[in-house]
Amino acid sequence: MTAPLASPLPHALKDAAITALIAFGLAAPMMGLVTVQVGGDLALEQHWDRVAWAVGIVFVGRLILNLTLWRPGRVRTKLAVSPKLEARLMKLARWLAPAAVVIAIALPFLPGIERYQIDLGILVLTYVMLGWGLNIVVGLAGLLDLGYVAFYAVGAYSYALLAQYFGLSFWLCLPLAGLLAAFWGVLLGFPVLRLRGDYLAIVTLAFGEIIRIVLLNWYWFTGGPNGITNVPRPSFFGIADFVSGKDGFAAMFGLKFSGLHRIIFLYYLILALALITNYVVIRLRRLPIGRAWEALREDEIACRSLGVNTVNTKLTAFALGAMFAGFAGSFFATRQGFISPESFTFIESALILAIVVLGGMGSQFGVAIAALVMIGGFELFREFKDYRMIVFGLVMVLIMVWRPRGLVSSRTPSVFLKEKKAISGALVQEGHG
Amino acid sequence: MTAPLLQLAGVTAYYGSIAALKGVDLEVGAGEIVTLIGANGAGKSTLMMTIFGSPQARDGSITYDGQDITRVPTHEIARLKIAQSPEGRRIFPRMSVLENLKMGAAINGFAHFDEDLGRVFGIFPRLKERAQQRGGTLSGGEQQMLAIARALMSRPRLLMLDEPSLGLAPLVAKQIFSVVKELNERDGLTVFLVEQNAYHALKLAHRGYVMVNGRITLSGGGRELLEKPEVRAAYLEGGR
Ligand SMILES: Nc1ncnc2c1ncn2[C@@H]1O[C@H](COP(=O)(O)OP(=O)(O)OP(=O)(O)O)[C@@H](O)[C@H]1O
Ligand SMILES: [Mg+2]
Repeated sequence: MTAPLASPLPHALKDAAITALIAFGLAAPMMGLVTVQVGGDLALEQHWDRVAWAVGIVFVGRLILNLTLWRPGRVRTKLAVSPKLEARLMKLARWLAPAAVVIAIALPFLPGIERYQIDLGILVLTYVMLGWGLNIVVGLAGLLDLGYVAFYAVGAYSYALLAQYFGLSFWLCLPLAGLLAAFWGVLLGFPVLRLRGDYLAIVTLAFGEIIRIVLLNWYWFTGGPNGITNVPRPSFFGIADFVSGKDGFAAMFGLKFSGLHRIIFLYYLILALALITNYVVIRLRRLPIGRAWEALREDEIACRSLGVNTVNTKLTAFALGAMFAGFAGSFFATRQGFISPESFTFIESALILAIVVLGGMGSQFGVAIAALVMIGGFELFREFKDYRMIVFGLVMVLIMVWRPRGLVSSRTPSVFLKEKKAISGALVQEGHG
Repeated sequence: MTAPLLQLAGVTAYYGSIAALKGVDLEVGAGEIVTLIGANGAGKSTLMMTIFGSPQARDGSITYDGQDITRVPTHEIARLKIAQSPEGRRIFPRMSVLENLKMGAAINGFAHFDEDLGRVFGIFPRLKERAQQRGGTLSGGEQQMLAIARALMSRPRLLMLDEPSLGLAPLVAKQIFSVVKELNERDGLTVFLVEQNAYHALKLAHRGYVMVNGRITLSGGGRELLEKPEVRAAYLEGGR
């Protein structure tokens, strides 16, 4: 036991005051002074009340933290979630995943679900799919890819351009877009074979930007910043279009025409694509190639001396990850009907990566939850758009503090002797003995 | 000595411009246990890795089973039924024991996976108890057992071990050495053993080499080397 400590109050006050000062320094220019347009001129408007609020909140918050959670000498509990609860959650998760799928399938027909919610569902599912795709590269193979959006862009532009120049249908372009994206994945893979960690991250980041800038400047071919408009909408598997005429989908199936049909169809399309992605990833994890990816993440030299061809293994990870982004990209193009390089900025890569990391690298279920929380949360805070980046950042920091290995950090082994036993990532630390 | 399974002639290896091996000649006969001892930084681990093609030898030749493997890439050397338990074990820490073993068996397409699994679990019962545990959470000795077991899963003809007794309790180290001996005597496994524990290694081995500064300075029968005053002075007395 430690000896009784002196009152923590003076120290806590001092620390809180310093923090408040920093908050003042930040808030004064950022929140206190606002530029406004007065006629043709810019003028400064002063909002010292906001600054006072911000400083006050920071001071009180820091003080409370200093006296409670950060109190010196406080015995730290290592786990935020007790092992028992964790085990129970894991059991629950086994039911949760199929339940989530059932809910996702029923969603468009649930009461109270309107076009807005279905649109949001499409958006979330797109990111779930992208997260699952990137999970192959980052979560399984451990290759930090900051330019994933490039493959999403390749997929989107593949479809839009093939449709524009050759009039090819969505259903033909979907696999083509995947193949083209996979091809670019291999193309990126070759030069970065020897790189790892931060170096790899920088090169992939650059790659993502190169693709975007090429799309932006190749004016005569891609339309440059204007993008491509009138990207054809998908038909009902090439049988019928979602139009109101007598050849339309509604007439064909004896339904009353509704614009919602296409939205619901798009919803199921992305749901199916996402589930296929999930299925493929789960299957691959059990195959030698999937295990090789994971082993590669852990120790490349050991892999090689066990006979793993690390070049091929890395390239397949890049190619497969890119392929799913390509599928998602061509879906994005057909859903929006309009694409431009604006949609493929670095922030998208960062968002997808954040989803994978927050979800707990390598965990499919965690990634889905993270996508729901992040994209859904983003939408929820749409009205407070000034603050949503702050909330967004705060949530990310909190999750990482609370669960440094991501939301679902347990990794289920891919082979078993007799019964399945999940190994919790939070419970066991790596030993280096 | 029997016909050589592994033969090195004039092998040099470099890290950048620094020579780590300065012309090594060495032979490992089929069915032999050959040990390599030497001080820290002598180049023992480098030699083992050079046989495996990383770093590749700059000059000289490495012949395995009559085939020149000097320029063969590492992952293909592994296909020639050479397996290793490298320095620092290099097990996959976040993968389970069973998955680690699967990685070892991948190379022969899991042809006799269940049989081999039973065999290594027979040798190291501890691993069976912990089959589902993450590799990184095993104790040091258990990790060493796993590294050796993983190497055995590919049914190698030549097993190379880099300091298998490092950091182990004397009793566990002894157990590892007796496993090596048994595998050699019963299954005819050829073993190339790099060791700091010169006394045990030389007692176990049929033949031994002493490496100083990237060169082989002494070689001979295991017991014979044990008796040599220069070996005793440098590697045994005080160091034991
Ligand atoms: N990756 C590397 N890059 C540069 N130099 C290296 C590298 N690995 C080893 N060396 C150097 O090569 C020499 C031989 O190293 P090696 O690891 O082969 O020694 P060792 O005989 O295995 O020593 P120990 O008994 O301590 O394991 C050392 O001087 C070491 O510093
Ligand atoms: Mg060494």
